Amino acid sequence: MSAIQVIPINMYLLLSTVLFTIGVLGVLFRRNAIIIFMSVELMLNAINLLLVAFSSYLSDGKGQVFVFFIMAVAAAEVAVGLAILMMVYRNTKSTDINILNKLKW
Amino acid sequence: MINLVWLVPLLPLIGFVILGLFGKKLSKGLVSIIGCGSILGAFAISLGIFFQLIGQAEKSITIDLFSWITAGQLSIPFSFLIDPLSSLFLLIITGIGFLIHVYSTGYMSHDEGFARFFAYLNLFIFFMLLLVLGSNYLIMFVGWEGVGLCSYLLIGFWFKNTAYNNAAKKAFVMNRIGDLGFLLGIILIYVTFGSIAYHDVFLLAKNFTSGNPILTAITLLLFVGAIGKSAQLPLYTWLPDAMAGPTPVSALIHAATMVTAGIYMIARSNILFTLSPISMEVVAIVGVCTALFAATIGLAQNDIKKVLAYSTVSQLGFMFLALGVGAYTGAVFHVMTHAFFKALLFLGAGSVIHAMSGGQDIREMGGLKKYLPVTHLTFLLGTLAIVGFPGFSGFFSKDEILAGAFEHNKLLWFLGISAAAMTTFYMFRLYFLTFSGDFRGSKHQSDHLHESPKSMTIPLMILAGLSVVGGLVGIPKALGGTHFLEEFLSPVFEDSSFRIISHLPHETEYLLMGIAISVMAIALYFAHKVYVKNKTIPAAEGEELQPLHQLVYKKYFVDELYNTLITQPLDFISNGLFKVIDNQFVDGIVNGIGKAVNWTSSKVRLAQTGNIGFYVFVMVISIALILFTRIM
Amino acid sequence: MITTYLFYFLSFLAIMCALMVVFSKNPVHSVLYLVLTFFTIAGHYVLLNAQFLAAVHVIVYAGAIMVLFLFVIMLMNLNKDTEPHKKPWLKFSAAIASGLLLVVLVGSLKGAETIVPTNAFNPNIGLIENLGKTLFHDFLLPFEVSSILLLVAMVGAVMLGKKSIK
Repeated sequence: MSAIQVIPINMYLLLSTVLFTIGVLGVLFRRNAIIIFMSVELMLNAINLLLVAFSSYLSDGKGQVFVFFIMAVAAAEVAVGLAILMMVYRNTKSTDINILNKLKW
Repeated sequence: MINLVWLVPLLPLIGFVILGLFGKKLSKGLVSIIGCGSILGAFAISLGIFFQLIGQAEKSITIDLFSWITAGQLSIPFSFLIDPLSSLFLLIITGIGFLIHVYSTGYMSHDEGFARFFAYLNLFIFFMLLLVLGSNYLIMFVGWEGVGLCSYLLIGFWFKNTAYNNAAKKAFVMNRIGDLGFLLGIILIYVTFGSIAYHDVFLLAKNFTSGNPILTAITLLLFVGAIGKSAQLPLYTWLPDAMAGPTPVSALIHAATMVTAGIYMIARSNILFTLSPISMEVVAIVGVCTALFAATIGLAQNDIKKVLAYSTVSQLGFMFLALGVGAYTGAVFHVMTHAFFKALLFLGAGSVIHAMSGGQDIREMGGLKKYLPVTHLTFLLGTLAIVGFPGFSGFFSKDEILAGAFEHNKLLWFLGISAAAMTTFYMFRLYFLTFSGDFRGSKHQSDHLHESPKSMTIPLMILAGLSVVGGLVGIPKALGGTHFLEEFLSPVFEDSSFRIISHLPHETEYLLMGIAISVMAIALYFAHKVYVKNKTIPAAEGEELQPLHQLVYKKYFVDELYNTLITQPLDFISNGLFKVIDNQFVDGIVNGIGKAVNWTSSKVRLAQTGNIGFYVFVMVISIALILFTRIM
Repeated sequence: MITTYLFYFLSFLAIMCALMVVFSKNPVHSVLYLVLTFFTIAGHYVLLNAQFLAAVHVIVYAGAIMVLFLFVIMLMNLNKDTEPHKKPWLKFSAAIASGLLLVVLVGSLKGAETIVPTNAFNPNIGLIENLGKTLFHDFLLPFEVSSILLLVAMVGAVMLGKKSIK
């Protein structure tokens, strides 16, 4: 018995929209670059959830394969992103994104 | 042999590519072999084509090489037309071209730009061959422009000299004026006939009545092109200045081949011209005026090459006179004989200049007979040919032109024979001042006087031989000849033959010849009297001259006139436009736009705060707005 | 019936944990809440018959990525006191903006057409056998390319992590 047979797809849409919006809120709300990063991961996962839901709903494996690719990209992104954050921290002793404001007029 | 015609222009082109790309790395010997060899090959094939054409009945063969331009209704094949006219020009171009190439190996041997010189010469031969071989006006136009370019490059060959560069620019600009006329003529031909292939145009032209205004317009436009290229009044001033180039260039381009392109073009379009009597009159009048005008200037010039240059302009005038009175064969005949003797005279002058260590002023020459025996003899033969000494080539061709003029209009004939008399006078003046009497140059020059090397004297001898016997292909019927050339060229001009009413009676021809010979003899006597007996030497620079003499010496102040009438007003207007319209108005708009953008961006860029949180915030709001407009 | 309850339970837990990720003062807590969120999402995957994906999700996200986050935070020695905070009015406007986005997103989804599945329901597509077939049949090239991406990311991370870049 799969959840998709009893739960309407709209509920999944709503759930992933809410999760995604929480991710956006995190990006807007916090100044710590690592938390912002985690919020981005949250947004990615909201999308993953939706992909899997539709994959089940349409009985098509391709959606789940896409989730694999998103995971690969997320892993790569986290590796590089955290390395960059380490560099930033090493140079500024802070993870506050407001310090990174040199790129302006 | 005719199937090999594509090789004729291709060989010089290959020569150009090799010399142009690798010339600096090749030895001079190899450059000479490639430069001359490619032309010799083209000459051999041209000779084969010529004899095959004599032997066969079909006189007009079109050879399609490839489809060139196809756009909508317009389809222009790249094809060559072989007929008596083009094959004769092929022989002249490749034959004289080869001799001048050989001559150049000696003349240019000490020049740094040896390979460059031969590359340009080969390129010139290629374009000239394209000009005469093309089977439609567009290919002719390509060749026409190409030879203009090569002429520019070769006049300004010694590009470190500003005066030479200016001469080159002048030649180019003057030619452009003519080229515009030619191009308009081609466009009008296309609009009128729907084709620019000779075959179609001439076939359709036969349906037009004589004096049709469109044909008159076309032919006048084409003639404007010929005026520019063949240095006729009023666009002749570039040719004397073009003598800035190396002497072989003057011989090849500015005497034997390129400047006759206008005659070729009119001879090729003879049907169009025959059908528009007004244009014919214009051609004849411009021709005879040029012949007379340039001859008078030639009387008073002291630069050996300038005299020859004005002589060339004058002789070209004769050719146009012939075309204008409908003596097409005479014009082509004179192109041929003129190519022989004028190339010879220029090369002889080159040999003299070579011996004089670069001096060109005949006031400083004299008595060169002793030092340059071969040059002297060949130059004398060339002079006799150009003045029309009986039996020499110039005699027959000039006689034919004058006979044609006499038949058409007695006044034209009279002007023509006056020009011929002046030709005799200035040519012998040149000859006497250069070769007889005592040497008047500096000590340094007299120590270095020497005959030129074999590579220069052998072409001179061959050309002298041709100048002497070249007229034999056109001995008039009055003198018991068959006039081989007229027979040979008759297929080309047969459609225009209705205009040539009748040949003069033999008695009249004898009379005309007699007058021509006696006029020549009188002019020769005067020249001898003035320059040999009285040993007159032209006045030195800065000396007071009689007003008329001064006027002629200064070339009627035509250059100054053009300068005052055209160049200076143009300069004035463009200067004004530049200062007011361009500097203030156009630049104001352009700079104003730049300043406005600069100012705006200096304000707008303040929005780039560098605050990432702010950017994300704006992004989210914007996405929300975009989606919101989508659902509304 | 139990599936429905499980769904709502997991959804509630996921949203709560996600909110806690954003609102926790201590970064370490944030990380732990995010791990919890990922677990609830893995639970959703299981409910959706994507068992293999659920396992991979737990291993990759909860096991690898989040541990990486935790390491970094501990390396930097971040805690509640070092945490920078935005001004209250900025926080307020952030909440308003994201709330607006949620409303607009939901609104746009409301107007969307519902697609009807054409295939008959197949509970086995989430099995490793079927996924493998799809992955190596239809997505072979992207699969290989993503391996290059991971390699590049690895090299990049090592390069960036070095003490000094010459």
